[in-house]
Amino acid sequence: MNKVRMATVWLDGCSGCHMSFLDIDERLLALADKIDLVYSPLVDHKEFPPDVDLTLVEGAVSSEEDMEKIQRIRERTNLLIALGDCAVNGNVPSMRNAIGAQAVLERAYLEEGLLNPGIPDQVVPPLLPTVLPVHVVVPVDLFVPGCPPPADAIYYVITQLLAGQAPDLSSLTRFGK
Amino acid sequence: MSVVTLKIDDRDVSGRDDETILEIARENGIVIPTLCYLEGLSIAGACRLCLVEVKGSSKLLPACATRVSEGMEVSTQSERLTHYRRMIIEMLFAEGNHICSVCVSNGHCQLQDAAVALGVDHIGVPYLYPNRTVDASHELFGIDHNRCILCARCVRVCDEVEGAHTWDVGARGIEARVITDFRTPWGDSDTCTSCGKCVQVCPTGALFAKGKSAGEMMKQSEFVQYLVAMRGRQS
Repeated sequence: MNKVRMATVWLDGCSGCHMSFLDIDERLLALADKIDLVYSPLVDHKEFPPDVDLTLVEGAVSSEEDMEKIQRIRERTNLLIALGDCAVNGNVPSMRNAIGAQAVLERAYLEEGLLNPGIPDQVVPPLLPTVLPVHVVVPVDLFVPGCPPPADAIYYVITQLLAGQAPDLSSLTRFGK
Repeated sequence: MSVVTLKIDDRDVSGRDDETILEIARENGIVIPTLCYLEGLSIAGACRLCLVEVKGSSKLLPACATRVSEGMEVSTQSERLTHYRRMIIEMLFAEGNHICSVCVSNGHCQLQDAAVALGVDHIGVPYLYPNRTVDASHELFGIDHNRCILCARCVRVCDEVEGAHTWDVGARGIEARVITDFRTPWGDSDTCTSCGKCVQVCPTGALFAKGKSAGEMMKQSEFVQYLVAMRGRQS
């Protein structure tokens, strides 16, 4: 049997959704028989590969790098799932939207009395003016809210999709769960 | 006063002719979602979440603000109503800055509950990200305007039950905010009695008691209907 090619992605989030994914615990072993994890912060692939069946996206789209990544991921993925509140609605990263990216950069890099104050112009990707939920940038096939979504909700989503069924998450998670 | 009979969702129900569709629906265990309505307070009709279909009317009518009449036929559930109710919830989320994960009312919020009940799992309308303020000048309480949905429950409970009328709605349209006294800091208010009724009736985390962390703010609004009933008995 061909394994389902799955990927997980970490954009502007705290990695809590990935931690919650790992909290599936021993059920990961059963999942491993059915999926091939082709790209993830948990494995050592540098390039997002083509022909991915299922991608879980953690985090909001906050930088130019995130913007490029998510568009390439969308092109190469069949089912794209927004995992967690940052991906679904912007959550904590979007709290800067009311005051703007420049105010955040100045607070972090100029106002703290640092030895070498200065807003970085390399290595750190340029911030977008507004932090965006994933579905504002590319079409999203399924939303899994929660901060983070409980492990049971993530396991349920993956197993339902592997079984070819549409998950109903209303009793398992919500915004802020 | 006379008794009328009507149909709600094809069920025969009856009530007094001075009752509203919402009151009779609740007496009969029929759930209509609400946000600005609170038993014991006057009717605001502000949130429109309780819109229902009434046969013979092309308009949707707010169940909280519509009196029943003889022979009325009401539908509380339809694809059209669900569509509009979801849209209302999405617009409320998009109009403010509702970050559930760090909110004092996370898990005890009526806006959050309404989103779950209506199956809102993301916001389809564009977010506004308004730059709104927080007033923490009061000794015991705070207001975070980012989380305010302008239901005006605070305004009504302060005026109608406490009798202080500290709260009001200032400005218009997208600029509208609840204000204390003459749009002066809450902590400077001469009229506020610090009773905390506004905090308890607030459906979201907009009004909160100081010292509460994320998810710790649990509110009890049942006192309103109790107080109002007891006062009615005395007079």
